[in-house]
Amino acid sequence: MHEWKVLLVDDEEEFVTTLAERLRLRGIPVRTSTDGEEALRMIETDPPQVVVLDVLMPGLGGLEVLKRIKADFRKVKVILLTGQGSTWDGIQGMRMGVFDYLMKPLNINELIEKIREAMNAYGED
Amino acid sequence: MAIPDWLKKLNLLHMPEEGGVHDRYRILRRNMIILMILITLIPLLLMAFVNYHEYRSALKDEILNPLRVLVNKTKHSFELFLAERLSTVSFISSAYTFEELANENTLNHIFRVMKREFRGFVDIGLIDAKGIQISYVGPYDLKGKDYSEQSWFHEAQVRGSYISDVFMGYRKFPHIVIAVQHRTTTGQTWVLRATVDTEKFDDLIASMGLDTESDAFLLNRSGVFQTPSKFYGDVLEQFPLNLPPVSYEANVLELIDTKGRDVFMAYAYFIHPAYILAVVKPRTDVLRTWYTLKSELAIVFLISVVVIILVIFKLSDLLIRRIRESDEKREAAFREIQHTHKLSSIGRLAAGVAHEINNPMAIVNEKAGLMKDLIEYSADFPDKPKFTALVDAILQSVQRCRSITHRLLGFARRMEIQIEVLDLNDVIKETVTFLEKEALYRNLDLRLELDDDLPRIASDRGQLQQVFLNILNNAFAAVEDGGMVAVTTWEKDLDTVAASIADNGTGMSEETLKHIFEPFFTTKGGKGTGLGLPITYGIIKKLGGDIEVQSKEGKGTTMTVYLPKKPKETVGG
Repeated sequence: MHEWKVLLVDDEEEFVTTLAERLRLRGIPVRTSTDGEEALRMIETDPPQVVVLDVLMPGLGGLEVLKRIKADFRKVKVILLTGQGSTWDGIQGMRMGVFDYLMKPLNINELIEKIREAMNAYGED
Repeated sequence: MAIPDWLKKLNLLHMPEEGGVHDRYRILRRNMIILMILITLIPLLLMAFVNYHEYRSALKDEILNPLRVLVNKTKHSFELFLAERLSTVSFISSAYTFEELANENTLNHIFRVMKREFRGFVDIGLIDAKGIQISYVGPYDLKGKDYSEQSWFHEAQVRGSYISDVFMGYRKFPHIVIAVQHRTTTGQTWVLRATVDTEKFDDLIASMGLDTESDAFLLNRSGVFQTPSKFYGDVLEQFPLNLPPVSYEANVLELIDTKGRDVFMAYAYFIHPAYILAVVKPRTDVLRTWYTLKSELAIVFLISVVVIILVIFKLSDLLIRRIRESDEKREAAFREIQHTHKLSSIGRLAAGVAHEINNPMAIVNEKAGLMKDLIEYSADFPDKPKFTALVDAILQSVQRCRSITHRLLGFARRMEIQIEVLDLNDVIKETVTFLEKEALYRNLDLRLELDDDLPRIASDRGQLQQVFLNILNNAFAAVEDGGMVAVTTWEKDLDTVAASIADNGTGMSEETLKHIFEPFFTTKGGKGTGLGLPITYGIIKKLGGDIEVQSKEGKGTTMTVYLPKKPKETVGG
């Protein structure tokens, strides 16, 4: 089992900080970012295994960030969060190599399950 | 040409927009009929009117001409008769001397010859210049009578001859007097006077060959009958009608006689004596041909009118029905477009709202989740169960919001349709498995009557599951515990398969039925989103199918879904 290295990206600070705290409570170390640019810099300095990424963000949008990650850090698994709930985002994301997608509001257990699956997939690569 | 007010009020060419739909077509139909009747019947009426008058005048001339000819002919006969008598008297007064005529023997001889050669002479007498009757042959004893004061004597002296009006004389027969003055070269004058009975007048009138309804008679200029009339009076009585205007040529008048009959009176004035010959014929008689023709004309006219009106009514009905049908088709298409438009704008709005709500809801979710975590992870939290319950309540509410926003988004999303060849029975069986637990729990009679030979169709499995799940959910909601829901499939025709979901639940009112496919219309109170059936409807339409609902309050509802075996070209856009 690898060391948990998860990056949580969402423009709603309240959302990311609270979610990060809940994940940490469950023993999953998480870093957070509220901005696409910042997230990319963080990935560059210390690549995580899993990125949980919100689709709709001001500035650099989720899909754009996803594209850069897939271009530069092929191994990183991305779980897409869609506020839109639109399957279109999901399908688009799937085409772009996203690992999976979830709809907000989240079920914490479902998220942890997905993260676990992504970690395993990361390990198998 | 000024348009009359009543025509303006009718406003025939205006298509009324206001008023009930029914009224609108009724008024349009009325206007059409009036307009068509006007433009067809006015020329027809004009033609009929012109024809009627043309025919009438032509026929009248043709019928009345013989009457004129007859009057002229008879008038000539009368004139000839009188002229003959006048000539005879004139000849005698010229051929004999005063002395010869004054001799009663000679006069008697002459009178006998006259009576033999010419009919109608009754007596003859010689009157001298002083007006004294010198000699007389006849049935009366008039010798020596003084005529000097009598007007006919003066007239005969002034004009040379005189023919009297008819008078009742000897043996109570009508007579006329003919008097001729003679002047010798020596200046001696005398008057020869003869009386003629008018039997010959009756013969002349009888020779006209008139029918029983017709009448002919002679009048003098004061309107006194000179011959008896069948209908208007006897000899010497007064003619009861006004005398016709003077005309020496035969002329015809139309008038109403004393018996109230419409008659033609053909007449001619004599120059000398001052008689009027008149023939009276009833119009009905004269114009019998015309009346026959007229009634034929009227029948043809009436039949034409009836046929025209019938055709107009039929035609108008047909036209109005066509217009109405095409209007209704247009309206239906318009409603369809409007409905689609409404759905799509509501969809966009719903998506926006759902998204905006989802983000704060996610925060609430995480915050409450964290609270729960903190309560659970701390061993000695005061009132732990109460707080746990409170947080759970918050989380449940978030969950409810989540399901609502997700359905809203589901309604709005434009998913690509993924067509695959599938067995509709399989799709239904799969969908039913989601609900089997509920059916069991509520003791529902869930019947599957699926056609084993149902052909496979090309459609979208996921979307169809959504459709049947929605309809089955509604059916389950409608029935009481222990109720029945039956799913049936069959092949409708070469291009279509059908699936119906019938329940014996509460059913829907007419009013509800009208709205079930409208977004946000719900009968489930707070529990429903009002999006289930609009989504269902949208999906079925997108798949090229159709949905039909039959429902009776208290009896149950049957929803039938028709799906094409092959999707239409437009599907998948």
